[in-house]
Amino acid sequence: MSDFTPTEMMTIAASRALSNDDVCFVGIGAPSAACNVARLTHAPDITLIYESGTIGTAPHVLPLSIGDGELCETALCTVSVPEMFRYWLMGGRISIGFLGAAQLDRFGNINTTVIGDYAHPKVRLPGGGGAPEIATSCGEIFITLKQAPRSMVNKIDFFTSFGHGEGGNHRQRLGITTKGPTLLITDLALWRPDPETKEFTVTALHRGVTRQQVQDNCGWPVRFAELVDETPEPNELELGTLRDLQARTAAAHRSGAQ
Amino acid sequence: MADFLSLHDAVQRNLHDGDIVAFEGFTHLIPHAAAHEAIRQGIKDLTLLRMTPDIIYDQMIGMGLAKKVIFSYAGNPGVGLLRRMRDAIENSYPRGIETVEHSHSAMAQAYEAGASGLPCAVFRGYKGAGLKEVNPDIKSVICPFTGEELAAIPSHRPDITFIHAQKASEKGDVLIEGIIGVQKEAALAAKRVVVTVEEVVPSFKGLHPNLTILPHWTIDAVAVVPGGAHPSYTHGYYARDNAAYLEWDKISADRQAFGDWMEVNVLRVGPEIFAQRVEALR
Repeated sequence: MSDFTPTEMMTIAASRALSNDDVCFVGIGAPSAACNVARLTHAPDITLIYESGTIGTAPHVLPLSIGDGELCETALCTVSVPEMFRYWLMGGRISIGFLGAAQLDRFGNINTTVIGDYAHPKVRLPGGGGAPEIATSCGEIFITLKQAPRSMVNKIDFFTSFGHGEGGNHRQRLGITTKGPTLLITDLALWRPDPETKEFTVTALHRGVTRQQVQDNCGWPVRFAELVDETPEPNELELGTLRDLQARTAAAHRSGAQ
Repeated sequence: MADFLSLHDAVQRNLHDGDIVAFEGFTHLIPHAAAHEAIRQGIKDLTLLRMTPDIIYDQMIGMGLAKKVIFSYAGNPGVGLLRRMRDAIENSYPRGIETVEHSHSAMAQAYEAGASGLPCAVFRGYKGAGLKEVNPDIKSVICPFTGEELAAIPSHRPDITFIHAQKASEKGDVLIEGIIGVQKEAALAAKRVVVTVEEVVPSFKGLHPNLTILPHWTIDAVAVVPGGAHPSYTHGYYARDNAAYLEWDKISADRQAFGDWMEVNVLRVGPEIFAQRVEALR
């Protein structure tokens, strides 16, 4: 396939990171699209969980909210929200948490709370929702976002959810036993944390993307791995599945009472 | 014991100025009709509890009913920001509000602890999270058995909780199915409970034995309001009005447009309007 957008590449690259055996806690937006493309292509048995309590859900269209009826109707089971967080998330039953971010730093710390000072914010963002505990309770964390200097920043304004903190063994020092962010999928590249410092390092560039582009759209000095691969471009099945899903979704969300 | 009342009377008898109140429903079954009644009655100085303030609190905050909001996700789910709530936080319009912010997990467990009659909820949370620095209600305790440090927050004990449900029996027992959210916990944590329902049926005989979430003797008032969750939804009755959530982003972006919309769609109408609003979504 030669004709695809950077956002489509991002979603498809993210979907490839998921496997059939994963139990995945799905954030809304880009993570939700990626998880459902995985389910509709190479990982039909993946367990998708949304924080509304729906376990093993298989929506025909992408939900607008984490609690759309479609999620419950297609789920294996639906549990209460306290049970969702207590037994399933904090009980350690979820292998991958998939999050988006408004602001992200090089150690995978995420801000979705405020731009500026917390007490007198320049912009009040929605906040964490389930993310603070998703970030520490899931086996590992995947993050996906579109690159821009204002979203990939040297210093985030608020620690909504903890990634690798200041890097190194910061998670262990806080008594966190899960792996934290292990993969960042952007519209330009794949990033993985350095094994020692935990700083995100570019391990693959999407087709046609240059190192300079990655740097121009990132607010910190980018580190590249010794060997940087090229992400395989989307195949017909992946791209067709994503586009069909998005077309169904757009049509479904436009309809409603007047 | 549940009294069957009009929505007007159910709100007037049970919701008072200065109350701590929860209107719960996790995306599903959000009690919008009850909130609109509170707005029409001009109730003041409320402390609003809700995991996701959603459109329902955006409207109440925008109309000046709230002095404080305790919440965990101030977004219009799937759409973006809550613009009236932002205006209150960023510009004190129409009045300043105090905010107490938690994670979803913490909010859910604070309701659960309240329903359990406990003073606090304890859980493995908030590790490395910035909310600990800005919310003095987030503290920690040491497990007496393992020595592990755990997060502790006060339980939620609302004066009153409003929920919307599919059905009540003639006695006032309440049934919910679909995404069940945190309503059972929010109701059992509260001193008073008001439930709006789609319909009343003679009894729940023959239905699935786990569907009844609240016996009539846990409820103060039941009001029948078909469509009462719109633009949220009622599983088995009507779908979520996603187009209305998208539209809200525009309406709420402008103070004047918001005021005009509330005048026409809330202040000048009554709860019977909700049945019409869901006609096309059934």
